[in-house]
Amino acid sequence: MPGKDMKLKPGAVIDEPGSSTKTKTGEWRTLKPVVDKKKCIKCGLCWLYCPDACIKIKKDGADIDYDHCKGCGICARHCPVKAIKMVREENGKSN
Amino acid sequence: MEKVIETSHAIAEAVRLAKPDVIPIYPVTPQTHIAERLADFVADGLLKAEMITVESEHSAISAAIGASAAGSRVFTATASQGLALMHEVLFIASGLRLPVVMAIANRALSAPINIWCDHSDSIAERDSGWIQLYCESAQEAYDSVLFAYRIAENRDVLLPTMVCVDGFSLSHVYERVLLDNDEKVRKYVGKYRPLFKLDARKPVTMGPIGYPNSFMEFKEQQEQAMKMAINVMRVEERNFKKHFKRDFYGLIETYNLANARYAIIAMGSVCGTIKHVLKQSRLKDIGLIKLRSFRPLPKEALKKAFEGLKAIAVIDRAVSFGNGGVLWNEIKALSCLPVHSFIAGLGGRDITPRHIMKAFDVMQKEKENEKRIWLK
Repeated sequence: MPGKDMKLKPGAVIDEPGSSTKTKTGEWRTLKPVVDKKKCIKCGLCWLYCPDACIKIKKDGADIDYDHCKGCGICARHCPVKAIKMVREENGKSN
Repeated sequence: MEKVIETSHAIAEAVRLAKPDVIPIYPVTPQTHIAERLADFVADGLLKAEMITVESEHSAISAAIGASAAGSRVFTATASQGLALMHEVLFIASGLRLPVVMAIANRALSAPINIWCDHSDSIAERDSGWIQLYCESAQEAYDSVLFAYRIAENRDVLLPTMVCVDGFSLSHVYERVLLDNDEKVRKYVGKYRPLFKLDARKPVTMGPIGYPNSFMEFKEQQEQAMKMAINVMRVEERNFKKHFKRDFYGLIETYNLANARYAIIAMGSVCGTIKHVLKQSRLKDIGLIKLRSFRPLPKEALKKAFEGLKAIAVIDRAVSFGNGGVLWNEIKALSCLPVHSFIAGLGGRDITPRHIMKAFDVMQKEKENEKRIWLK
């Protein structure tokens, strides 16, 4: 069941469509990917490989959705110019 | 119309009038006569229901859940090993708040293998979140099935409900049953209007994951629904009485209790034997408290019944090995009185007037000294 703001219906029924977007699953992360936008060449490989569809290629480079990124590190592994580094989360907080 | 019919057939008759849309069922002794009679009704065109002859009880209750989630009224029935096989799925029916009604013909659990009556099958499902009603007579079984739909489908309750009858010693017994006319009964049961259903035109999600941040709230809702069920049953008892112009049974039923200083508590068909013994012996000092609703446990009604008593005897047809009678444990937690425990009638052993008299004697003689006795 998603966020605390939703009313809890009997039997955990969800009768509002699209509610999965309200669930922030990025809280599990221990390492987070940080993009060095100066190095980024906007090739889109990280976007292609991200298993959680958490990366968008914007004008200034790869942009990561930290609400849903689990910190798997596949993007950093595949970046051809080493623009993505995996950094330890501090105080258990994301972002 | 009054008719002498078998309790299983009385249950099937009530189900015919409740008109379930789907009946997923698997035969098991001593529930089989219910399944057979329902199959007759469907084959003869007297009941327009989808009868699914599933390959196991696990499938029966799973199909019942699916059908109920789709907005159907559902009935099934089982006993003993069949109920045990349903175990994991029972919690899903109650967790999803689906008002499935299921008859149980109570039977012992193996080993040693035994097909006769005791309450160990349904008592083992005490914590599954199902309402459990126990019946004494064929009439009570018939009435309770109709009543069960009214309770289970009430929007303040929405809980699956078991209607329990003692295997053989009630399920196969022929008794006089008052069968009201079809229209009157159908009007009482009414139509099932689900709060949510699986419908492509208005999609909902059923059975999502419950994270630690919401799981407890859903369980709390189930506990509240059980509490609400007590109030709803009280109201429905009055509705039943008004509609059919005859008494309904209450969460508990008392017999000879008005001037009694001792009470014996039991569930199911043995209550008939106890009433018989009390009538024959003309004992003024002992009364019967028949517990009809085991879940939810009507604590306030029981406490009120205990007022003025000196001691209580509890007859259990199920054992929690390592801590004695199950019902005894629950009554003990409700009362400071001496509560004597009697285990009786396991695996179909007859509970005779001699056993009841023994319980009476012990309760009156032993005073504070609580006894735990197996009546064999």
